[in-house]
Amino acid sequence: MNDFKTNANWTASVISDIKKQAETGGMLLTGMGNPSPYPNYWDRILLDASQVTNPSIDPLREPMELRTFLGRKSSKLEKETYPQLELSTPIMFSAMSYGSISLNTCKSLAMAATDSGIYWNTGEGGLHKDLYKYANRAIVQVASGRFGVHEEYLRAGAAIEIKVGQGAKPGIGGHLPGEKVSKEISETRMIPEGTDAISPAPHHDIYSIEDLRQLIYALKEATDYEKPVIVKIAAVHNSAAIASGMVRAGADIIALDGFRGGTGATPMIVRNHTGIPIELALASVDQRLRDEGIRNDASVVVAGGFRSSADIIKAIALGADSVYIASSALIAVGCTMCQKCYTGKCAWGITTQDPELVKRINPEIAKKRLNNLIRAWSLEIKEVLGSMGINAVESLRGNKERLRGIGLNETELKILGIKHAGE
Amino acid sequence: MKINAKGLHYRELNREIKDALNKGEKKVELSGINGQRFIGAGLKSNAEISVEGVPGNDLGVFMNGLTIRVNNNCQDGAGNTMNSGKITIHGDAGDVIGYAMRNGKILVKGNVGYRVGIHMKEYKENRPAIVIGGSAGDFLGEYMAGGIIVVLNLNNDFDSDYIGTGMHAGTIYIRGKVDERKVGEGVETKKAGNIKEILPLLKEFCEEFGLDFEKISNSEFTMLSAKSTRPYGELYCY
Repeated sequence: MNDFKTNANWTASVISDIKKQAETGGMLLTGMGNPSPYPNYWDRILLDASQVTNPSIDPLREPMELRTFLGRKSSKLEKETYPQLELSTPIMFSAMSYGSISLNTCKSLAMAATDSGIYWNTGEGGLHKDLYKYANRAIVQVASGRFGVHEEYLRAGAAIEIKVGQGAKPGIGGHLPGEKVSKEISETRMIPEGTDAISPAPHHDIYSIEDLRQLIYALKEATDYEKPVIVKIAAVHNSAAIASGMVRAGADIIALDGFRGGTGATPMIVRNHTGIPIELALASVDQRLRDEGIRNDASVVVAGGFRSSADIIKAIALGADSVYIASSALIAVGCTMCQKCYTGKCAWGITTQDPELVKRINPEIAKKRLNNLIRAWSLEIKEVLGSMGINAVESLRGNKERLRGIGLNETELKILGIKHAGE
Repeated sequence: MKINAKGLHYRELNREIKDALNKGEKKVELSGINGQRFIGAGLKSNAEISVEGVPGNDLGVFMNGLTIRVNNNCQDGAGNTMNSGKITIHGDAGDVIGYAMRNGKILVKGNVGYRVGIHMKEYKENRPAIVIGGSAGDFLGEYMAGGIIVVLNLNNDFDSDYIGTGMHAGTIYIRGKVDERKVGEGVETKKAGNIKEILPLLKEFCEEFGLDFEKISNSEFTMLSAKSTRPYGELYCY
């Protein structure tokens, strides 16, 4: 690598990637989220605080409500009620399949979600038999490959998520290589050992919003309308129009995954160049649903590289009901962000199926660290709510008046729906 | 037990079916069906449901063990992600029949639409099967990951294109010859040496629909299977 005569355009990674492709003829594979230095709008948004006229609240003395309910809300008192997910704090663990991560990591997430009163998400990997006891805190995913999807699995979860897209790989499917399909994974995904688990790019029963409605209602029929159905898409250029369609199709919760969201494996070309930042997608989707008068018909959950409670607070003020975290949860467990998940050789025992490496994760310890992270971020959210003079997180939701942009141009401010600092 | 479905929304209809099965009914006869979707969705039961009329999309979606017999045509998506059981259609069936089915059988007397048997898979003792009496639309057995599809082509008008595109396991049997140009890349096409594997299926099909088993089972079959179980194994570099 030191032999490369690099410059600003021909960096060492550019040169070594070309050499790799010249040798193999293959697509470059990578892991985790987009590392490129695109604008990060969370870092260009500042929070408001109360001074003199509306006093701030001291969260140490006053009750602060972070409890969050996700699901369709009734528009009239006499109308039927809809199933809700109840979260102790507006944070959930995002989809990570058993296969992409180890069983010990799945267990850690499942136990932490149960302790913390939030939810974890199976991804498209089925529900391992050892994890059924945490199923009432699980969101079970249905993706295009339908791996591990059967009636017992659907009934077991607290909610069902139809995965249409993922921020790290919008528009493409998933692919668990045969080498990773061990005995246990084969039993959970219900496929033979050693075969490739291919999730095609589209669901072949969804080619339109009407088809999406059909799958949403098939799942509701199969589970007696007892569970909210989530539809997850990657944040792309026309997310707002798609989100409107998703809500009209009957999704109780819509999940948007921005282009900084992570993955166990994705072609680098797609991860680094496809999709849009979650900040912009969230603001435009929330505005669109409000304009159309359907914002209360579904909750909005956002994902895609949430690094701190500050990012989460800003997301809620921009219109989100809750966030999904995955990369930061894995960092809490031990991940060093080396982005080599796709090799299956994760030294921390997270994104590997090698029993020797998997042993390195002690679910009890990892669970404690995850619980700590959720607690720490929840305390910080309360602290900031107090500083704004707000005592319930739902009073912050979509409260864009408490946000200001810094160093953003007019178009960016318009899309985000916020004023510039000083205004 | 009989249920007259005339004018019933699918939600009410499915509620009535569920209530009947919960009461221990082993046989439910539905009449007046006219496009109601999701009949039998997610039901775990070994009961029998007979359907008079044309059921709507996603008949038997996620079902686990039911036997459904339709005396007419049916629409798209029958047997979508079904876990086990049997669906018999005494007519034609629409697109994506048996999507991702994991076990059980679907028998269709007539023709079927596009993408039938897409991503059907097998696992341990579970080996799903679809038998089609007539012909099938394009992309038959796309991404097939296990199981058996049989096309009897009884009217000799089978003209599917892109057969088995992306298939990486399972077997497709087609009665008669198949133009190799119509078969997906990575699929091996050859004359079936013996059809022992599908004889019980053929017998069941012929008994159900009153066809001549001897004649059909003595026909020549073409057998399609994946050349590689890892069709996408060498796409990436690390």
